[in-house]
Amino acid sequence: MTGKASAPGAGKGLALPQVPKIAVYLVGFIPAVWLFSAGIMDRLGADPMRVLEQELGEWALRFLVATLAITPLRQLFNINLLRYRRAIGLLSFYYAALHLTTYLVLDQGLDLAAIAADIVKRPYITIGMATFAILVPLAVTSNNASIRRMGGQAWARLHRLVYAAAIGAVLHYILVVKSWPPEPLVYAAIVALLLGYRLVRSMVKKAAPRRRPA
Amino acid sequence: MLIRRPSDIAPSEITPREVYLNRRQWMAGAAGLALAGALPFRLEAAPLTAAKSAFSTDEKPTSREDVTSYNNFYEFGTGKDDPAARAKSLKTSPWTVKVDGLVGKPAEFGIEDLIKSSALEERIYRMRCVEGWSMVIPWVGFPMADLVKRVEPLGSAKYVAFETAYRPEEMPGVQSVFPVLDWPYVEGLRLDEAMHPLTILAVGLYGETLPNQNGAPIRLVVPWKYGFKGIKSITRISFVEKQPETSWNKQAPDEYGFYANVNPNVDHPRWSQATERRIGEGGLFVKRRPTLPFNGYADQVASLYAGMDLRKFY
Repeated sequence: MTGKASAPGAGKGLALPQVPKIAVYLVGFIPAVWLFSAGIMDRLGADPMRVLEQELGEWALRFLVATLAITPLRQLFNINLLRYRRAIGLLSFYYAALHLTTYLVLDQGLDLAAIAADIVKRPYITIGMATFAILVPLAVTSNNASIRRMGGQAWARLHRLVYAAAIGAVLHYILVVKSWPPEPLVYAAIVALLLGYRLVRSMVKKAAPRRRPA
Repeated sequence: MLIRRPSDIAPSEITPREVYLNRRQWMAGAAGLALAGALPFRLEAAPLTAAKSAFSTDEKPTSREDVTSYNNFYEFGTGKDDPAARAKSLKTSPWTVKVDGLVGKPAEFGIEDLIKSSALEERIYRMRCVEGWSMVIPWVGFPMADLVKRVEPLGSAKYVAFETAYRPEEMPGVQSVFPVLDWPYVEGLRLDEAMHPLTILAVGLYGETLPNQNGAPIRLVVPWKYGFKGIKSITRISFVEKQPETSWNKQAPDEYGFYANVNPNVDHPRWSQATERRIGEGGLFVKRRPTLPFNGYADQVASLYAGMDLRKFY
């Protein structure tokens, strides 16, 4: 499913105008730049630190969902965005790193004892940290050299960890809120759909093996 | 900006008491205030005359802007800015508060009569939210005990149950597909907690009637408890024998107890309660401050819970 990491985008599917990948990064970082500058200028409302922390986390989840959507978009709707997947995935990692940094530095003021207690005692922090830990090896190996060195199959196996990260991210979100506000549930439903699609597809494939088109 | 805000003017200088209690007449004056630069959402606010109180803290009050724009009032949505954006739809006049149950003199109070017949005080209290942030709010209100005495509770009355208005057509949050709480919002106090001099029914803040997002026209303020105990937009107060149900306790009994006293030593199961962020202090670089037992009111209220295991009765 995720095997063809660096497949050229032009070969198959809808003819989409190609934009340079750097543009994806530039656009992708707009929310972070906006949030930081709005925070510094005191334009994030009464509790700016919390807004920054939450928004960065939500953007990490949005980009994670976007990377998971790329395969179904190609398989179901013939829309091929594969060439941007690495950039989007890395954006998710960068936002997760900013989210974590905000928690460590601005929220907890680098109070190591409080942070350690949080990690041990608060399931949502434990899950959040574990999710970030999963994203690290994926980000580190998101380059052509790593694919060559590891071999495509091993690389693809490693990168299936993104499914665990997606589940971790939505659990982290659901556990941090009071009651059942709609936003985390909507993300949970989208992730369930995107992962469920893969599960169903792999089961169907096992039941009726088919030769891949060349 | 050098705009003179109405709160700088002593309420008594603007409008005589009899006049400002009459909303229709007051609205004419509001138009003038609006021209003078008052924000649009303050059109409904009327000035209140209130005596200073020895129960007030001398800590710096949180800005009016933050107090009235950062709210939890789930009837209008779960976002902190939802109430300020959406609570305008709540019609707070006419408004009655029904007081019933185990009392000698059950009554229905019109909000104007209740305000008129009460000795209003300004109470500047710390407010600690269960989510880990806090404010300092200059409430205007009257002791809950005053109301309790007026209805003459029977000896069998041990608890006081409160209920918020339930008006789906005026409250977008209660129409949500995912019901975040079991409506209407209900809260409760032990009778001695309700009678404690720190417990007030607030009808205003910053010298004016309550904005809708803060629980207009009348709400409970119990400063040593987490903010969710301060039930908003009250329509009913019942005196009962058994401990009443409370909304957040029904939603998650292991996370929100009936007592909900601020306690840095008893964590919420999902987050620490040891520290808090004071809203408006430091912006992005806000420093956490230690949370105090009973939100700093231990001297006055700890005796109410003598001998109780506060880990069990959280």
